[in-house]
Amino acid sequence: MSNAEARLEILTRINRATQGAQTPQRPAYPRAATQSREDVLLTFEDRILDYRAGFVRVPASGVRGAVRAALGDARRVVVPDGLDAAWLPDSLDAAWLPDSLDVLRDEPTLTHAELDGADAVVTGCAVAVARTGTIILDHGPGQGRRALTLVPDTHVCVIHAHQIVPDVLDGVQALAPAVRAGQPLTWLSGGSATSDIELVRVEGVHGPRHLRVIVISD
Amino acid sequence: MSGLHPEQSFPQAAKAEVNNPQLRANLRKVTTTIREKRLKAVGELPHWEELRVLGAATKDEALANLSDRLLELESSVRARGGHVHWARDAAEARELVAQIARGHGVTELIKVKSITSDEIELNAALDAHGIHAIETDLAELIVQLSRDTPSHILVPAIHRNRAEIQALFNRELGDPEHLSDEPAVLAGAARRYLRQKFLTTRMAVSGANFAVADTGTVCVVESEGNGRMCLTLPEVLVSVMGIEKVLATWEDVSVFMELLPRSSTAERMNPYTSFWSGVTPGDGPQEFHLILLDNGRTDVLADEVGRQTLRCIRCSACLNVCPVYERAGGHAYGSVYPGPIGAVLTPQLLHMQDKNANTLPGASSLCGACFDACPVRIDIPQVLIYLRGEVNAGKGTTLESVAMGAMRYAMSEGWRFEGAVKLARTGQGPLVHDGQITALPGLLGGWTQSRDLNPFPPQSFREWWKKREPGGES
Ligand code: SF4
Repeated sequence: MSNAEARLEILTRINRATQGAQTPQRPAYPRAATQSREDVLLTFEDRILDYRAGFVRVPASGVRGAVRAALGDARRVVVPDGLDAAWLPDSLDAAWLPDSLDVLRDEPTLTHAELDGADAVVTGCAVAVARTGTIILDHGPGQGRRALTLVPDTHVCVIHAHQIVPDVLDGVQALAPAVRAGQPLTWLSGGSATSDIELVRVEGVHGPRHLRVIVISD
Repeated sequence: MSGLHPEQSFPQAAKAEVNNPQLRANLRKVTTTIREKRLKAVGELPHWEELRVLGAATKDEALANLSDRLLELESSVRARGGHVHWARDAAEARELVAQIARGHGVTELIKVKSITSDEIELNAALDAHGIHAIETDLAELIVQLSRDTPSHILVPAIHRNRAEIQALFNRELGDPEHLSDEPAVLAGAARRYLRQKFLTTRMAVSGANFAVADTGTVCVVESEGNGRMCLTLPEVLVSVMGIEKVLATWEDVSVFMELLPRSSTAERMNPYTSFWSGVTPGDGPQEFHLILLDNGRTDVLADEVGRQTLRCIRCSACLNVCPVYERAGGHAYGSVYPGPIGAVLTPQLLHMQDKNANTLPGASSLCGACFDACPVRIDIPQVLIYLRGEVNAGKGTTLESVAMGAMRYAMSEGWRFEGAVKLARTGQGPLVHDGQITALPGLLGGWTQSRDLNPFPPQSFREWWKKREPGGES
């Protein structure tokens, strides 16, 4: 089997098939009416609650307490590098976390087994979409590599209100630089779920069973 | 696992399946539930019709320039450290996956649900190489453990009930606890079984929902998180994608992430979507292979009427609104592509040569619901009629081919089609018995010999839509 041969043959067949095909006119992207900032935030909250994820909105001074509450009885917590210093007032040795917690850093890289032993992870995000309640990670600073928000059972995600955009298109446009720089993306809309058995919704099949969202009012 | 080739004609297979009451009850539940939810999810977006038009045009544009888009995708994936392969047919694609697995000395790999991999009958081929492919989507796992085939694109095990799954898991997963038949308990057993596989398996295979030419970004849309596990934890990742999945630019992703989840699971957005471009140092698989699969697609592309079939984003909305699918079930189509889309795609992928697949364009009541539901506006009724004409052309002029010619004319323009449906509704009164049309008069009688039709609804979706939203696109 020659791959070069397959490549040439497929391309030749495509060119023959599309000879004279008209490139259609694309209509403009339809946009919804603009919402006020507050409506955008309320829509986001409504969607997150609809996914049965946790939600609180706090001023910057309330983040520490909100994170602590969101962690519940988690004991081993993963904290990625570069968690936003503006809402983590103390140094990254995480003195703000209760003593009973073990803080796991991904440096050196945690093994899959070590990650599997963690209960929770705390991260920021790149952008969030109000209309669909979608949180998007581009795995930049404060978000960790993809496995960190996947293996532990609870994901606490802290979002600045200004990171919440109205629509999917706004999110996609905001992410363009990250994608063009080659960064992977993870889109989260609620927690892991399946309806494969008699259409009964079961939450937490493989990903984190709990998603808890904290929005910081700007 | 069956691939594209049906083992029986549709009328034969449907006769057997229609007598399975469990299947019909389960199917009716899934189709009606999702159908209703979908209308709500779609109704929430004020510009749904414009989004459909844009989605269709975006795909058409990518298809009209397909070789350029694929070459661009190839070079951008390579620039990000990925490998790109081309496969003319199923055998070449299977061989590529097996070669990569052998090169890594892998005897077991994990899989994300992928119809394209079913199309090429990948699992059986890997087995022959001594490589076991483990399905990680819950429904696909159920189907695999019971040595069955999927019956629905979205919910492949919908023909099984909880008691069957309970017995299956107690037998196959060797769980020490006796499992109850609660869906949460059964899903929990699958979670425990698969978690170890996710953490330790070195290679994964996936399909792709979309791939972006200008950035080399591949995308998988899912719900359970098994996809993220497979795409992130192993060292080696292979994605097999049909060549029609390519989009031109990153911005094009937006319209499909609005159209797909609302049409498919009737959600505003599916729980998880992963995007990756080649390999990312220190994050995820450090070796990535993208296999570009033709397997009949260039033939579909060459056909001016059939070409629109390649816009399909596999959302399964057309299945859930189809009265024929609801009665016959997915297995009756005998192919990995069931329902209305299967009825047009399968025979075309088989070059209109397969005598069983060529009965599939007959598997429709031509009610038009599939077109109304399709987020990329594939005119499935038009293609069905056209393909019936193609099949009949091989048989010379028949009564049916004359009728088809008239229908083709009627359906080539929306207004003519609506007029015809209105006429049909007015004229159908005497034909309806017990809410079913059991026989059509004259020339059309042949259509109903092997299947019953639903009477035309008092108001079509298009008419309803227009009333609901003045100026709405039809
Ligand atoms: S044909 Fe349209 S409705 Fe059917 S699966 Fe494809 S995209 Fe969805």
